[in-house]
Amino acid sequence: MMPILQIGPIVFPLSPMSLILSFWLGLLLTEKYAIQRGISENKMNKLIFTGIIAGLIASRVGYVLQFPHAFIQAPLSLFSPNPGLFDSFSALAAAVLGMLAYGQRARLSFWTTLDTLTPLLALLAVGLAVAHIASGEAFGSETRVPWAIELWGAKRHPAQFYELIVATLIVLLLGSKVKSEAMPGILFLNFVALTSSARLFLEAFRGDSSLIFGNLRSAQVVAWIVLATSLFSMEQIHKTEKEKESRNG
Amino acid sequence: MKFAQLAGTRLFYGFLLVTGLGWIWLSAAPQNSTTNGKIPAPQSGFLAPDFNLKTLDGQNVRLSDFRGKVVLVNIWASWCTPCRAEMPAIERVYQNYREQGLIVLAVDSTVQDTVSNVKAFVDENELSFPILLDEGGLVTRLYRVQSLPNSFFIGADGVVREVVIGGPMAEALVSSRVEKLLQEIQR
Repeated sequence: MMPILQIGPIVFPLSPMSLILSFWLGLLLTEKYAIQRGISENKMNKLIFTGIIAGLIASRVGYVLQFPHAFIQAPLSLFSPNPGLFDSFSALAAAVLGMLAYGQRARLSFWTTLDTLTPLLALLAVGLAVAHIASGEAFGSETRVPWAIELWGAKRHPAQFYELIVATLIVLLLGSKVKSEAMPGILFLNFVALTSSARLFLEAFRGDSSLIFGNLRSAQVVAWIVLATSLFSMEQIHKTEKEKESRNG
Repeated sequence: MKFAQLAGTRLFYGFLLVTGLGWIWLSAAPQNSTTNGKIPAPQSGFLAPDFNLKTLDGQNVRLSDFRGKVVLVNIWASWCTPCRAEMPAIERVYQNYREQGLIVLAVDSTVQDTVSNVKAFVDENELSFPILLDEGGLVTRLYRVQSLPNSFFIGADGVVREVVIGGPMAEALVSSRVEKLLQEIQR
Protein backbone atom coordinates (compact mmCIF):
# COMPACT_ATOMS: atom_id res chain seq x y z
CA MET A 1 0.00 0.00 0.00
CA MET A 2 1.31 3.44 -0.87
CA PRO A 3 -0.62 6.42 0.53
CA ILE A 4 1.78 8.98 -0.97
CA LEU A 5 4.04 9.34 -3.96
CA GLN A 6 7.11 11.48 -3.34
CA ILE A 7 8.85 13.01 -6.33
CA GLY A 8 11.74 15.11 -5.02
CA PRO A 9 10.37 17.51 -2.42
CA ILE A 10 6.78 17.21 -3.68
CA VAL A 11 4.41 14.78 -1.99
CA PHE A 12 1.33 13.55 -3.84
CA PRO A 13 -1.44 11.91 -1.76
CA LEU A 14 -2.42 9.01 -4.05
CA SER A 15 -5.93 8.29 -2.72
CA PRO A 16 -7.45 11.73 -3.49
CA MET A 17 -5.42 11.94 -6.69
CA SER A 18 -6.91 8.72 -8.07
CA LEU A 19 -10.42 9.97 -7.24
CA ILE A 20 -9.79 13.33 -8.93
CA LEU A 21 -8.28 11.65 -11.99
CA SER A 22 -11.17 9.19 -12.35
CA PHE A 23 -13.65 12.05 -11.89
CA TRP A 24 -11.96 14.04 -14.65
CA LEU A 25 -11.90 11.06 -17.04
CA GLY A 26 -15.52 10.27 -16.18
CA LEU A 27 -16.51 13.85 -16.85
CA LEU A 28 -14.92 13.73 -20.31
CA LEU A 29 -16.78 10.52 -21.15
CA THR A 30 -20.04 11.83 -19.74
CA GLU A 31 -19.82 15.02 -21.85
CA LYS A 32 -19.29 12.91 -24.96
CA TYR A 33 -22.12 10.55 -24.08
CA ALA A 34 -24.50 13.42 -23.18
CA ILE A 35 -24.34 14.75 -26.74
CA GLN A 36 -25.16 11.26 -28.11
CA ARG A 37 -28.21 11.15 -25.83
CA GLY A 38 -29.43 14.60 -26.84
CA ILE A 39 -28.35 16.54 -23.73
CA SER A 40 -26.15 19.56 -24.38
CA GLU A 41 -22.63 19.57 -22.96
CA ASN A 42 -23.39 22.89 -21.28
CA LYS A 43 -26.45 21.53 -19.44
CA MET A 44 -24.55 18.45 -18.32
CA ASN A 45 -21.65 20.54 -16.96
CA LYS A 46 -24.07 22.84 -15.14
CA LEU A 47 -25.83 19.81 -13.64
CA ILE A 48 -22.56 18.35 -12.33
CA PHE A 49 -21.31 21.75 -11.13
CA THR A 50 -24.58 22.27 -9.20
CA GLY A 51 -24.13 18.87 -7.56
CA ILE A 52 -20.52 19.63 -6.58
CA ILE A 53 -21.27 23.08 -5.13
CA ALA A 54 -24.38 21.89 -3.25
CA GLY A 55 -22.45 18.87 -1.96
CA LEU A 56 -19.44 20.91 -0.81
CA ILE A 57 -21.48 23.52 1.05
CA ALA A 58 -23.80 20.99 2.67
CA SER A 59 -20.98 18.70 3.72
CA ARG A 60 -19.24 21.51 5.62
CA VAL A 61 -22.53 22.77 7.12
CA GLY A 62 -23.46 19.19 8.06
CA TYR A 63 -20.15 18.75 9.84
CA VAL A 64 -20.44 22.10 11.67
CA LEU A 65 -23.92 21.14 12.90
CA GLN A 66 -22.54 17.89 14.31
CA PHE A 67 -19.67 19.59 16.17
CA PRO A 68 -20.70 23.25 16.71
CA HIS A 69 -18.53 23.53 19.81
CA ALA A 70 -15.36 22.77 17.82
CA PHE A 71 -16.11 25.60 15.38
CA ILE A 72 -17.09 28.09 18.10
CA GLN A 73 -13.63 27.55 19.57
CA ALA A 74 -11.93 27.89 16.17
CA PRO A 75 -14.22 29.77 13.72
CA LEU A 76 -11.52 30.00 11.03
CA SER A 77 -11.70 26.21 10.68
CA LEU A 78 -14.96 26.83 8.80
CA PHE A 79 -12.83 27.66 5.77
CA SER A 80 -10.25 24.91 6.25
CA PRO A 81 -9.60 22.70 3.22
CA ASN A 82 -9.12 19.64 5.52
CA PRO A 83 -11.16 16.82 3.92
CA GLY A 84 -11.81 15.46 7.42
CA LEU A 85 -14.11 18.43 8.10
CA PHE A 86 -16.66 17.34 5.52
CA ASP A 87 -19.70 15.14 6.20
CA SER A 88 -20.18 12.64 3.39
CA PHE A 89 -23.87 11.90 4.04
CA SER A 90 -24.83 15.60 3.91
CA ALA A 91 -22.69 15.98 0.77
CA LEU A 92 -24.44 13.13 -1.02
CA ALA A 93 -27.95 14.21 0.00
CA ALA A 94 -27.36 17.84 -1.03
CA ALA A 95 -25.67 16.87 -4.31
CA VAL A 96 -28.63 14.65 -5.28
CA LEU A 97 -31.19 17.31 -4.28
CA GLY A 98 -29.26 20.06 -6.08
CA MET A 99 -29.00 18.00 -9.25
CA LEU A 100 -32.68 17.07 -9.08
CA ALA A 101 -33.63 20.75 -8.74
CA TYR A 102 -31.42 21.80 -11.65
CA GLY A 103 -32.61 18.85 -13.75
CA GLN A 104 -36.22 19.89 -13.26
CA ARG A 105 -35.49 23.54 -14.06
CA ALA A 106 -33.58 22.60 -17.21
CA ARG A 107 -36.27 20.04 -18.15
CA LEU A 108 -33.83 17.14 -18.30
CA SER A 109 -35.33 13.67 -18.64
CA PHE A 110 -34.75 11.79 -15.36
CA TRP A 111 -33.68 8.40 -16.74
CA THR A 112 -31.71 9.78 -19.71
CA THR A 113 -29.77 12.05 -17.35
CA LEU A 114 -28.95 9.12 -15.06
CA ASP A 115 -27.80 7.11 -18.10
CA THR A 116 -25.57 10.00 -19.11
CA LEU A 117 -24.02 10.15 -15.64
CA THR A 118 -23.30 6.39 -15.65
CA PRO A 119 -19.80 6.59 -17.25
CA LEU A 120 -18.80 9.09 -14.57
CA LEU A 121 -20.12 6.88 -11.74
CA ALA A 122 -18.53 3.73 -13.19
CA LEU A 123 -15.12 5.40 -13.50
CA LEU A 124 -15.42 6.82 -9.99
CA ALA A 125 -15.88 3.25 -8.74
CA VAL A 126 -12.56 2.34 -10.42
CA GLY A 127 -10.92 5.42 -8.86
CA LEU A 128 -12.28 4.43 -5.45
CA ALA A 129 -10.75 0.95 -5.77
CA VAL A 130 -7.36 2.49 -6.65
CA ALA A 131 -7.73 4.85 -3.66
CA HIS A 132 -8.35 1.81 -1.44
CA ILE A 133 -5.22 0.12 -2.80
CA ALA A 134 -3.19 3.26 -2.07
CA SER A 135 -4.49 3.80 1.45
CA GLY A 136 -4.83 0.17 2.54
CA GLU A 137 -8.45 0.75 3.54
CA ALA A 138 -11.22 -1.73 2.65
CA PHE A 139 -8.75 -4.53 3.39
CA GLY A 140 -9.45 -8.24 3.09
CA SER A 141 -10.02 -10.88 5.73
CA GLU A 142 -7.27 -13.28 6.79
CA THR A 143 -6.79 -16.23 4.46
CA ARG A 144 -4.40 -18.95 3.32
CA VAL A 145 -5.14 -18.72 -0.42
CA PRO A 146 -1.93 -18.70 -2.56
CA TRP A 147 -2.66 -15.17 -3.84
CA ALA A 148 -3.00 -13.70 -0.33
CA ILE A 149 -1.10 -10.48 0.36
CA GLU A 150 0.72 -9.46 3.53
CA LEU A 151 -1.13 -6.47 4.92
CA TRP A 152 -1.70 -5.00 8.38
CA GLY A 153 0.06 -7.82 10.16
CA ALA A 154 -1.57 -10.80 8.43
CA LYS A 155 -1.95 -12.68 5.13
CA ARG A 156 -5.17 -11.30 3.67
CA HIS A 157 -7.47 -11.53 0.67
CA PRO A 158 -6.38 -8.78 -1.76
CA ALA A 159 -9.90 -7.33 -1.42
CA GLN A 160 -8.92 -3.95 -2.91
CA PHE A 161 -7.60 -5.69 -6.05
CA TYR A 162 -10.80 -7.77 -6.35
CA GLU A 163 -12.67 -4.45 -6.16
CA LEU A 164 -10.50 -2.93 -8.88
CA ILE A 165 -10.86 -5.94 -11.22
CA VAL A 166 -14.65 -6.05 -10.85
CA ALA A 167 -15.05 -2.25 -11.22
CA THR A 168 -12.93 -2.36 -14.41
CA LEU A 169 -15.00 -5.27 -15.78
CA ILE A 170 -18.18 -3.30 -15.10
CA VAL A 171 -16.77 -0.30 -17.02
CA LEU A 172 -15.88 -2.56 -19.97
CA LEU A 173 -19.27 -4.31 -19.91
CA LEU A 174 -21.18 -1.02 -19.79
CA GLY A 175 -18.89 0.42 -22.46
CA SER A 176 -20.05 -2.32 -24.82
CA LYS A 177 -23.71 -1.50 -24.02
CA VAL A 178 -23.49 2.29 -24.32
CA LYS A 179 -24.33 2.41 -28.02
CA SER A 180 -26.82 -0.47 -28.15
CA GLU A 181 -28.95 0.40 -25.09
CA ALA A 182 -31.77 2.60 -26.31
CA MET A 183 -34.29 2.26 -23.48
CA PRO A 184 -33.86 5.20 -21.06
CA GLY A 185 -32.70 4.20 -17.58
CA ILE A 186 -31.51 0.70 -18.43
CA LEU A 187 -27.82 1.61 -18.68
CA PHE A 188 -27.88 3.30 -15.25
CA LEU A 189 -29.89 0.49 -13.66
CA ASN A 190 -27.51 -2.09 -15.16
CA PHE A 191 -24.65 -0.21 -13.50
CA VAL A 192 -26.47 -0.14 -10.16
CA ALA A 193 -27.39 -3.85 -10.39
CA LEU A 194 -23.85 -4.90 -11.36
CA THR A 195 -22.18 -2.73 -8.72
CA SER A 196 -24.49 -3.87 -5.93
CA SER A 197 -24.07 -7.53 -6.99
CA ALA A 198 -20.30 -7.05 -6.90
CA ARG A 199 -20.46 -5.54 -3.42
CA LEU A 200 -22.79 -8.31 -2.26
CA PHE A 201 -20.30 -10.92 -3.43
CA LEU A 202 -16.98 -9.23 -2.57
CA GLU A 203 -17.95 -8.00 0.89
CA ALA A 204 -17.59 -11.63 2.01
CA PHE A 205 -13.81 -11.30 1.58
CA ARG A 206 -13.46 -8.06 3.54
CA GLY A 207 -11.85 -7.91 6.96
CA ASP A 208 -13.40 -4.60 8.02
CA SER A 209 -17.12 -5.31 7.61
CA SER A 210 -19.46 -3.72 10.09
CA LEU A 211 -21.94 -6.28 11.37
CA ILE A 212 -25.66 -6.24 12.10
CA PHE A 213 -28.06 -8.83 13.59
CA GLY A 214 -25.16 -10.67 15.21
CA ASN A 215 -22.84 -11.54 12.38
CA LEU A 216 -24.43 -10.42 9.09
CA ARG A 217 -22.38 -7.92 7.08
CA SER A 218 -24.40 -4.70 6.86
CA ALA A 219 -22.95 -3.71 3.44
CA GLN A 220 -24.27 -6.98 1.97
CA VAL A 221 -27.77 -6.34 3.32
CA VAL A 222 -27.77 -2.79 1.86
CA ALA A 223 -26.35 -4.10 -1.45
CA TRP A 224 -29.12 -6.73 -1.65
CA ILE A 225 -31.82 -4.10 -1.13
CA VAL A 226 -30.25 -1.86 -3.81
CA LEU A 227 -29.98 -4.83 -6.17
CA ALA A 228 -33.64 -5.77 -5.64
CA THR A 229 -34.71 -2.14 -6.24
CA SER A 230 -32.69 -1.86 -9.46
CA LEU A 231 -34.05 -5.18 -10.81
CA PHE A 232 -37.60 -4.14 -9.96
CA SER A 233 -37.10 -0.77 -11.70
CA MET A 234 -35.67 -2.46 -14.81
CA GLU A 235 -38.65 -4.79 -14.86
CA GLN A 236 -41.03 -1.81 -14.64
CA ILE A 237 -39.26 0.02 -17.51
CA HIS A 238 -39.39 -3.09 -19.74
CA LYS A 239 -43.06 -3.62 -18.86
CA THR A 240 -43.97 -0.01 -19.67
CA GLU A 241 -42.07 -0.21 -22.94
CA LYS A 242 -43.86 -3.42 -23.94
CA GLU A 243 -47.25 -1.91 -23.12
CA LYS A 244 -46.38 1.09 -25.30
CA GLU A 245 -45.35 -1.24 -28.15
CA SER A 246 -48.56 -3.27 -27.96
CA ARG A 247 -50.69 -0.08 -27.87
CA ASN A 248 -48.92 1.13 -30.99
CA GLY A 249 -49.72 -2.17 -32.62
CA MET B 1 -42.56 -15.31 -27.26
CA LYS B 2 -42.59 -11.98 -25.43
CA PHE B 3 -44.40 -13.58 -22.48
CA ALA B 4 -41.76 -16.33 -22.33
CA GLN B 5 -38.99 -13.73 -22.44
CA LEU B 6 -40.58 -11.75 -19.61
CA ALA B 7 -41.10 -14.88 -17.52
CA GLY B 8 -37.47 -15.90 -18.13
CA THR B 9 -36.20 -12.49 -16.99
CA ARG B 10 -38.35 -12.62 -13.86
CA LEU B 11 -37.08 -16.11 -13.10
CA PHE B 12 -33.48 -14.93 -13.48
CA TYR B 13 -34.03 -11.89 -11.23
CA GLY B 14 -35.68 -14.11 -8.63
CA PHE B 15 -32.82 -16.60 -8.80
CA LEU B 16 -30.29 -13.75 -8.40
CA LEU B 17 -32.04 -12.36 -5.33
CA VAL B 18 -32.47 -15.76 -3.65
CA THR B 19 -28.80 -16.60 -4.36
CA GLY B 20 -27.88 -13.20 -2.90
CA LEU B 21 -29.75 -13.96 0.31
CA GLY B 22 -28.05 -17.37 0.50
CA TRP B 23 -24.65 -15.73 0.01
CA ILE B 24 -25.33 -13.22 2.81
CA TRP B 25 -26.18 -16.12 5.09
CA LEU B 26 -23.19 -18.24 3.99
CA SER B 27 -20.67 -15.41 4.23
CA ALA B 28 -21.85 -14.13 7.62
CA ALA B 29 -18.73 -13.13 9.53
CA PRO B 30 -17.53 -15.98 11.72
CA GLN B 31 -16.56 -15.09 15.29
CA ASN B 32 -13.31 -13.05 15.38
CA SER B 33 -13.06 -12.89 11.57
CA THR B 34 -12.88 -9.11 11.59
CA THR B 35 -9.90 -7.39 13.22
CA ASN B 36 -11.73 -6.63 16.48
CA GLY B 37 -8.78 -4.35 17.20
CA LYS B 38 -6.56 -7.25 18.24
CA ILE B 39 -3.80 -7.05 15.65
CA PRO B 40 -1.38 -4.13 16.05
CA ALA B 41 -1.16 -2.02 12.89
CA PRO B 42 -1.13 1.73 12.14
CA GLN B 43 -4.55 1.60 10.50
CA SER B 44 -8.06 2.48 11.53
CA GLY B 45 -9.72 -0.48 13.29
CA PHE B 46 -6.46 -2.03 14.51
CA LEU B 47 -4.71 -1.95 17.87
CA ALA B 48 -2.25 0.95 17.97
CA PRO B 49 1.27 -0.53 17.92
CA ASP B 50 2.84 -0.08 21.33
CA PHE B 51 6.09 1.82 21.88
CA ASN B 52 8.25 3.04 24.70
CA LEU B 53 10.22 6.26 24.15
CA LYS B 54 12.10 8.83 26.17
CA THR B 55 10.72 12.36 26.46
CA LEU B 56 12.73 15.57 26.15
CA ASP B 57 12.97 15.53 29.97
CA GLY B 58 14.44 12.01 29.93
CA GLN B 59 11.32 10.21 31.24
CA ASN B 60 10.07 6.95 29.71
CA VAL B 61 6.60 6.97 28.18
CA ARG B 62 4.79 3.81 27.02
CA LEU B 63 1.69 4.16 24.84
CA SER B 64 -0.14 1.19 26.40
CA ASP B 65 0.05 2.89 29.84
CA PHE B 66 -2.64 5.27 28.61
CA ARG B 67 -5.26 2.57 27.93
CA GLY B 68 -8.62 3.94 29.07
CA LYS B 69 -7.81 7.43 27.80
CA VAL B 70 -8.16 9.12 24.42
CA VAL B 71 -4.71 9.49 22.86
CA LEU B 72 -3.51 11.57 19.94
CA VAL B 73 -0.16 10.37 18.62
CA ASN B 74 1.31 13.03 16.36
CA ILE B 75 4.50 12.13 14.50
CA TRP B 76 6.40 15.23 13.46
CA ALA B 77 9.76 16.93 12.96
CA SER B 78 10.88 20.47 13.74
CA TRP B 79 11.89 21.20 10.12
CA CYS B 80 8.48 20.12 8.72
CA THR B 81 6.39 23.21 7.89
CA PRO B 82 2.88 21.67 8.22
CA CYS B 83 3.97 20.02 11.51
CA ARG B 84 5.01 23.41 12.88
CA ALA B 85 1.78 24.98 11.64
CA GLU B 86 -0.53 22.50 13.38
CA MET B 87 1.26 22.30 16.75
CA PRO B 88 -0.32 25.47 18.25
CA ALA B 89 -3.79 24.11 17.37
CA ILE B 90 -2.95 20.76 18.99
CA GLU B 91 -1.72 22.62 22.10
CA ARG B 92 -4.99 24.58 22.34
CA VAL B 93 -7.08 21.40 21.99
CA TYR B 94 -4.90 19.71 24.61
CA GLN B 95 -5.48 22.60 27.02
CA ASN B 96 -9.23 22.41 26.42
CA TYR B 97 -9.61 18.65 26.86
CA ARG B 98 -6.74 17.45 29.10
CA GLU B 99 -9.00 17.56 32.19
CA GLN B 100 -11.42 15.21 30.43
CA GLY B 101 -8.69 12.65 29.77
CA LEU B 102 -7.02 13.63 26.51
CA ILE B 103 -3.39 12.57 26.15
CA VAL B 104 -1.23 14.02 23.36
CA LEU B 105 2.02 12.25 22.54
CA ALA B 106 4.06 14.26 20.05
CA VAL B 107 6.63 11.83 18.69
CA ASP B 108 9.50 13.70 17.10
CA SER B 109 11.05 11.69 14.30
CA THR B 110 14.46 12.43 15.80
CA VAL B 111 16.07 10.02 13.37
CA GLN B 112 15.64 12.86 10.84
CA ASP B 113 15.81 15.82 13.27
CA THR B 114 18.04 17.30 15.99
CA VAL B 115 17.19 17.51 19.69
CA SER B 116 18.39 21.14 19.90
CA ASN B 117 15.95 22.19 17.14
CA VAL B 118 13.14 20.27 18.83
CA LYS B 119 13.84 21.99 22.17
CA ALA B 120 13.93 25.42 20.53
CA PHE B 121 10.58 24.81 18.79
CA VAL B 122 8.91 23.45 21.95
CA ASP B 123 10.10 26.44 24.02
CA GLU B 124 9.06 28.92 21.34
CA ASN B 125 5.51 27.48 21.17
CA GLU B 126 5.25 26.66 24.90
CA LEU B 127 4.06 23.12 24.19
CA SER B 128 2.90 21.46 27.41
CA PHE B 129 2.29 17.88 26.25
CA PRO B 130 5.05 15.24 26.29
CA ILE B 131 7.51 15.39 23.38
CA LEU B 132 8.86 11.91 22.68
CA LEU B 133 12.15 11.37 20.88
CA ASP B 134 12.19 8.63 18.27
CA GLU B 135 15.97 8.55 18.00
CA GLY B 136 16.25 5.09 16.48
CA GLY B 137 13.34 5.64 14.07
CA LEU B 138 11.43 2.69 15.61
CA VAL B 139 8.05 4.44 15.82
CA THR B 140 8.56 6.10 12.43
CA ARG B 141 8.95 2.60 10.94
CA LEU B 142 6.33 0.92 13.15
CA TYR B 143 3.73 3.49 12.11
CA ARG B 144 4.86 3.31 8.45
CA VAL B 145 5.44 7.04 8.26
CA GLN B 146 6.25 8.08 4.70
CA SER B 147 5.58 11.79 5.04
CA LEU B 148 5.19 14.19 7.97
CA PRO B 149 3.08 14.91 9.92
CA ASN B 150 1.06 11.76 10.65
CA SER B 151 -1.64 11.80 13.33
CA PHE B 152 -3.29 8.79 14.94
CA PHE B 153 -6.47 9.23 16.99
CA ILE B 154 -6.66 6.34 19.43
CA GLY B 155 -9.75 5.39 21.45
CA ALA B 156 -9.83 4.40 25.11
CA ASP B 157 -9.67 0.72 24.05
CA GLY B 158 -6.28 1.31 22.38
CA VAL B 159 -7.73 0.93 18.88
CA VAL B 160 -6.77 3.41 16.14
CA ARG B 161 -9.95 5.25 15.11
CA GLU B 162 -8.54 7.53 12.48
CA VAL B 163 -5.29 8.21 10.68
CA VAL B 164 -4.62 11.68 9.26
CA ILE B 165 -1.74 11.71 6.81
CA GLY B 166 -0.29 15.14 6.16
CA GLY B 167 -1.28 18.50 7.57
CA PRO B 168 -1.72 21.01 8.94
CA MET B 169 -4.87 19.79 10.69
CA ALA B 170 -7.40 22.52 11.45
CA GLU B 171 -8.14 23.05 15.14
CA ALA B 172 -11.79 22.07 14.64
CA LEU B 173 -10.70 18.78 13.06
CA VAL B 174 -8.59 17.87 16.09
CA SER B 175 -11.18 18.98 18.65
CA SER B 176 -14.13 17.31 16.87
CA ARG B 177 -12.31 13.98 16.67
CA VAL B 178 -11.25 14.24 20.31
CA GLU B 179 -14.78 15.24 21.38
CA LYS B 180 -16.22 12.19 19.60
CA LEU B 181 -13.78 9.81 21.28
CA LEU B 182 -14.29 11.39 24.71
CA GLN B 183 -18.07 10.99 24.30
CA GLU B 184 -17.50 7.24 23.81
CA ILE B 185 -15.84 7.01 27.23
CA GLN B 186 -18.62 8.96 28.91
CA ARG B 187 -21.31 6.67 27.48
